[in-house]
Amino acid sequence: MHLCEFTYAYSTNTNCFKKNNNIGQYLFVCHLVLPFLHHPKGTFTISEQFETQGQTFSVLIISRVSPGSTSERNHTSDSSVFLEVGLGSRSCFKQNDPLISFQSLGAHEYPEFVKIVEVGPRDGLQNEKEIVPTEVKVQLIDRLSDTGLSVIEATSFVSSKWVPQMADHTEVLQGIRKSPNVRYPVLTPNMHGFQNALAAGATEVAVFGSASETFSRKNINCSIDESMLRFEEVLNAAKDQQIPVRGYVSCALGCPHEGPIDPSKVTEVAKRLYEMGCYEVSLGDTVGVGTPGSMAAMLRSVTREVPCRALAVHCHDTYGQALANILTALQMGVCVVDSAVAGLGGCPYAQGSSGNVSTEDVLYMLHGMGIQTGVDLSKMIAVGDFICHSLNRKTNSRVAQARGSQL
Amino acid sequence: IFILFLVLKRLPDRVKIVEVGPRDGLQNEKTIVPAETKIRLIDMLSDSGLSVIEATSFVSPKWVPQMADQMEVMKGIRRKPGVSYPVLTPNLKGFQAAVEAGASEVAIFGAASELFSKKNINCSVEESLQRFEQVMVAAKAAGVPVRGYVSCVLGCPYEGKVAPAKVAKVAKRLYSMGCYEISLGDTIGVGTPGGMSEMLEAVSKVVPVGALAVHCHDTYGQALANILVALQMGVSVVDSSVGGLGGCPYAQGASGNVATEDVVYMLHGLGIQTGVDLPKLMDAGAFICHSLNRRTSSKVSQATHCKL
Repeated sequence: MHLCEFTYAYSTNTNCFKKNNNIGQYLFVCHLVLPFLHHPKGTFTISEQFETQGQTFSVLIISRVSPGSTSERNHTSDSSVFLEVGLGSRSCFKQNDPLISFQSLGAHEYPEFVKIVEVGPRDGLQNEKEIVPTEVKVQLIDRLSDTGLSVIEATSFVSSKWVPQMADHTEVLQGIRKSPNVRYPVLTPNMHGFQNALAAGATEVAVFGSASETFSRKNINCSIDESMLRFEEVLNAAKDQQIPVRGYVSCALGCPHEGPIDPSKVTEVAKRLYEMGCYEVSLGDTVGVGTPGSMAAMLRSVTREVPCRALAVHCHDTYGQALANILTALQMGVCVVDSAVAGLGGCPYAQGSSGNVSTEDVLYMLHGMGIQTGVDLSKMIAVGDFICHSLNRKTNSRVAQARGSQL
Repeated sequence: IFILFLVLKRLPDRVKIVEVGPRDGLQNEKTIVPAETKIRLIDMLSDSGLSVIEATSFVSPKWVPQMADQMEVMKGIRRKPGVSYPVLTPNLKGFQAAVEAGASEVAIFGAASELFSKKNINCSVEESLQRFEQVMVAAKAAGVPVRGYVSCVLGCPYEGKVAPAKVAKVAKRLYSMGCYEISLGDTIGVGTPGGMSEMLEAVSKVVPVGALAVHCHDTYGQALANILVALQMGVSVVDSSVGGLGGCPYAQGASGNVATEDVVYMLHGLGIQTGVDLPKLMDAGAFICHSLNRRTSSKVSQATHCKL
């Protein structure tokens, strides 16, 4: 998907757009904003709203007029206007297309390919009460490696005092079969963790920031700024070793302590991580409170500063909103989704409720929509069965429940 | 010069929730629940701000034992002003019994799949539509509004894929017969957002989108995503079931109806009004789950009741 950049000419007194007689019947949209559009490269006219079947739609027609042409001179005012589409979903316009046909009702552009980042072995297991033996962790990761996934978060180099489940980080990383087409990032909260990770053979790491001050202090015992300084150290060392680093922003749609989080705060942290050198920033709805509206608002803000292709969404399903939120993110151009096999990992802030969204359910949706992932759903379901059996727990994946119970 | 066309739709300001827990929900629960419990459930739902609560079904108790107490329930509930209590009526006989019991709105159930129709109600789609026409005639004479359902709109447990054109055909027929609203049901929950929008595109060409509702099952976890897409396409009526009552008869142990609490959470989060008081709704859900001795299927309820 490419992005076209343009501005609009509109009449400030009537707040409507001048009709371009050359275009004909199709008509316009009134207000709103596409925030990522800047750097005007030409002038566009847009015209009228029409009604059909009793529903009002807004139809946007943009005709690009070459700068300096006669039509351009006819425009009355030249303020740039921003256009927001529906929920804030944006459409990416293909540059240089001579004529683009009418998009059908409600159609959205979706990515053709979505990369799944499997966080079951780390984020999932980390939030499971039972301590899982190393061999089981290794088996889980090895089985996941055969499903077609390209990224599997293997473990976390945090102090075992804080996260006992991840105490065997070195054994796990050294014990897994490293598939040539798969990457195995590990969490590294600081230099100490980074060095241990490196010594254990890690070839990719991740750092975890927060959009909420209170969460940062309660979770990693320092302010957001302090955590960023720690991460900078890690980033610098990683650069030297040519180790790619992924950044996470937690509480992107709400904080268990602070409540709603301002999108600008999320943007600030995401931007900082990206500019520090993280190749990708994963935006996490840590307590699953987000809904498509807050997801869209947050992404609108973040995509002003961080390119879409460098973003991922990490949705929790605590309130059942994950797939709807992921769908919204896809509509806005995000094409990387974090999930956990079998929906491993409850929510530490709402005991007994679910946490991570299930990889199986995400795959079902994506494949149903014709979006490729490279992952084999049946194999994934089998891996989910394995780990749930080992943990002696039921799967959180609705797909696995349905498939597992066919009459 | 290049020209670009883009069709945008805004989300509705208001969405009407059609609560099907007492009927579709309970119908698919194994435990038979006494009439008083059903009545209490419906009364609690009436107090939560819902404007439509499907109360029961006038089918033969031989087929649906859970709904055997249809008369008692219909007569026992407190009818809140401004709230509608539609009941299912598969045929003229059921319709007459419903009216006798005091029903002031009914619903009829068609299918977009031939095999499903035969296996579920023992006749072809065409035969069922003819039965419904009888009901429509009587309903018109009695001044009783009728809602039409189309099942298997995104897939059939027997036929597999269902053509959007077939769904449109059945929907159009029900609408032209006189149904004021057509509820499109993803009966086994296999649909995904792409299929939903394709189906709605076909149907909205023959039935105004303002007369459409979606009835999504959450068997594969896709319900909220499918509902979101439907909203984006102009649908503003959503069927759901308190507590996500009602499993799936085609995949034992799997979930069925989408939970009203989860739908309301999403809608309110989007700034869309429903008139529903979520805490009161959750109370009704907690009550019925307790009576059924089962855990709620609503994630919102689970999360809310599990706050540390």
